Amino acid sequence: MKMQRPLAAIIAIAAVTALAACSGPSNQEISPTAPAHLEGTVSLWHFFSDREADVIQSVVDDFEAANPDVTVDVHSGQDDEKLQKAIAAGNNVDVGISYSTDIVGAFCSSGAFRDLGPYIERDGVDVGQFSETTASYTQFEGTRCALPVLADAYGLYVNDDMLADAGYDHAPQTMEELEEMALAMTTYKDDGSIDVLGFNPLMGYYENTPTNWAMTVGATWLKDDGTSNIGSDSGWAEILQWQKDFVDAIGYDKLQAYSAGMGQEFSADNAFQTGKLAMNFDGEYRTAFIADQAPDLNYSTVPIPTLADHSDSYGGGYVTGNIGGIAKNSKNPELAWALLEYLTTDTDAVVKLSNGLKNAPTITSALESPDLEVTPQFQTFLDIIQSPNSKTTPPSKVGAGYQQAMGDYWNKFQQGDGGDLTDGLTGVDTAINDSLALVDGP
Amino acid sequence: MSAVPLNSGRTASLAVRPGLKRSQRRRQLTALAMLTPALLGLAIFFVFPLLASVVFSFTRYDLLSDPQWVGLLNYEYLFTKDPKVWIAAGNTLWFVVILVPVRMLTSLLVAMLLVRARQASGFWRTAFYLPALVPPVASVVAFVFLFNPGTGPVNTIIGFFGGQGPLWFNDPALSKPSLLLLGVWVLGDIMIIFLAALLDVPREQYEAAELDGASSAQRFRYVTLPNIVPVLVFALVTGVIAALQYFTEAAVASSVASGKATVGEGAGSTIGYPDDSLLTFTQWIYVRGFSNFQLGYASALAVLLFVVAALFLVLLLRRVKAFTPEEAQG
Repeated sequence: MKMQRPLAAIIAIAAVTALAACSGPSNQEISPTAPAHLEGTVSLWHFFSDREADVIQSVVDDFEAANPDVTVDVHSGQDDEKLQKAIAAGNNVDVGISYSTDIVGAFCSSGAFRDLGPYIERDGVDVGQFSETTASYTQFEGTRCALPVLADAYGLYVNDDMLADAGYDHAPQTMEELEEMALAMTTYKDDGSIDVLGFNPLMGYYENTPTNWAMTVGATWLKDDGTSNIGSDSGWAEILQWQKDFVDAIGYDKLQAYSAGMGQEFSADNAFQTGKLAMNFDGEYRTAFIADQAPDLNYSTVPIPTLADHSDSYGGGYVTGNIGGIAKNSKNPELAWALLEYLTTDTDAVVKLSNGLKNAPTITSALESPDLEVTPQFQTFLDIIQSPNSKTTPPSKVGAGYQQAMGDYWNKFQQGDGGDLTDGLTGVDTAINDSLALVDGP
Repeated sequence: MSAVPLNSGRTASLAVRPGLKRSQRRRQLTALAMLTPALLGLAIFFVFPLLASVVFSFTRYDLLSDPQWVGLLNYEYLFTKDPKVWIAAGNTLWFVVILVPVRMLTSLLVAMLLVRARQASGFWRTAFYLPALVPPVASVVAFVFLFNPGTGPVNTIIGFFGGQGPLWFNDPALSKPSLLLLGVWVLGDIMIIFLAALLDVPREQYEAAELDGASSAQRFRYVTLPNIVPVLVFALVTGVIAALQYFTEAAVASSVASGKATVGEGAGSTIGYPDDSLLTFTQWIYVRGFSNFQLGYASALAVLLFVVAALFLVLLLRRVKAFTPEEAQG
């Protein structure tokens, strides 16, 4: 008994302390007017490092120059996990920039990022200047807790020389065309292994993600109530079966061996850059890699092809991007808002960021700015950003959990281990909804 | 020398008792004061997080908002619905029952060879220990590049002799054995302890055994083994704990082998590659906690890991009692 009392006390203290330590300040009311003069120190946490961090710093310098009494305390190299921990621990985070839209559901619903609605309304910020997709992934269940800080748009990269050598004069617009061209461009070594591949259909290779492949049929992820729509959207079954047939046409083992032998995606050994891969799904940032690492590559970019019976959704692509918000424990939210507003809505700042980071700008004025550095290949992605056919992954309280569940099943299915496709996709629904119930229930 | 009355001790004892008490109390207080930093550290960094994890395991908690009590919901999900927890547990078990013994046996073998080395022993000891100094991330990256199926020197050499090298880290069947090779390569940390223990075995015991006609196997069984049992148990216990917490090597191997290694954007999307063959229990805790914002559920996983680790170690220590020097010699 003597031992039990202290133990019980310790458990009780731990429970109370653990639960109490989690309580944070709720959103406070804001001043009815924006401050006429800004002064003080505001902290900015972002994930960029090295050269990219310098680009952010140059824009921060501009902000400080425009506001001489403001000092921005920049914390670079802080990924989402560190940002999450810092906010939870009550560290002085004013503005946080994340590389992923996957955090929006949790950050908005928990209040980790403040509701920006009152600031936007007070200062008359036009949300309509953001493209529809970027505006949608920065809010969750009616709460806008973030603004887009540039975007990534995904399309198809095509090696024009290899395409011409195979006798084609245009990039594919349908997946059927893509498969025909890819098979024509694929060459094999004497031992039967792949030498050069027209297109790698293997799920999981580089940017072969369910998010990009969903665009080929315009498939949707979640229902309005946040539960999985994968089993109910016939597009998923259609594209999974089509992709598996494509994999089987070349051979899973051959594709796996080829993929394993290729260079890292984010290096000069990227298979598309070295000419070992003729066509590839990728983001707008690849144009910067190519300009730097393979400047002689003759290539073009087009929107992601669709299956022939989904051609009405051609022209778009998967759009995602960086997002910024004001942390709940911000000590100077007005300064934080001023900085966030500058980074996301000031035309010159957004153009400078876009030119430096080679990501797509997210506001109309920046997209139309003559100062924006645009190559023909990069223009494709600017068009994708503005296309009504572009889609994104909806914010969810489980982050990217629903995408992982889909990717896991797809990976099994392409190997022939997925069983009945309809049952498999229903199983994906169940896995996602069970996981959602852990974070969102009565 | 004067005679001492029989009861004088008791009388004296009674007379000095308050003083002794003060002295004892002072000693106890000194001991307590000196232990306080360690006890505080233990309480703050071990007991509190452990108990907090237990509490959180009964809550819905995302780290960002207040936890909500959900009773056994997390545990129900863990045992009946989690699609990957048993895959992660199986992979972790593989590292416990394969990686740990193989590393120990290899380290012991190398240490025994080094004990017998007559020439350039310093060089060989350094050579075998050196890989342990390489940071884990760097050694994994180097290994994955060495074993790259397309460009790595290992398959290039195999190809030179007419063979076709396997996919190594890209093959679900070979990814764990590939990490095992890495684990053996960096055996210096255990090997150096075994080497010290072997050098510490009294020579006269070997000489006595030889005089008694003991074979080399018998000398190992009845002389070497009993003398190094404490070190073996230490290596086994720390090895099992490390294997249960296996994370960095598997995560980096997955990231690099998948071809998606990057900086600053987390590793959530590549964890487990290929085909979840490198998904370990601690990685699954990380994914659920920080990628899926399910810290409450991740706490339930952590509690399960703690319970399994504790049971495993209790059973292990009970088993190895039979191999203590006293038992072995008795």
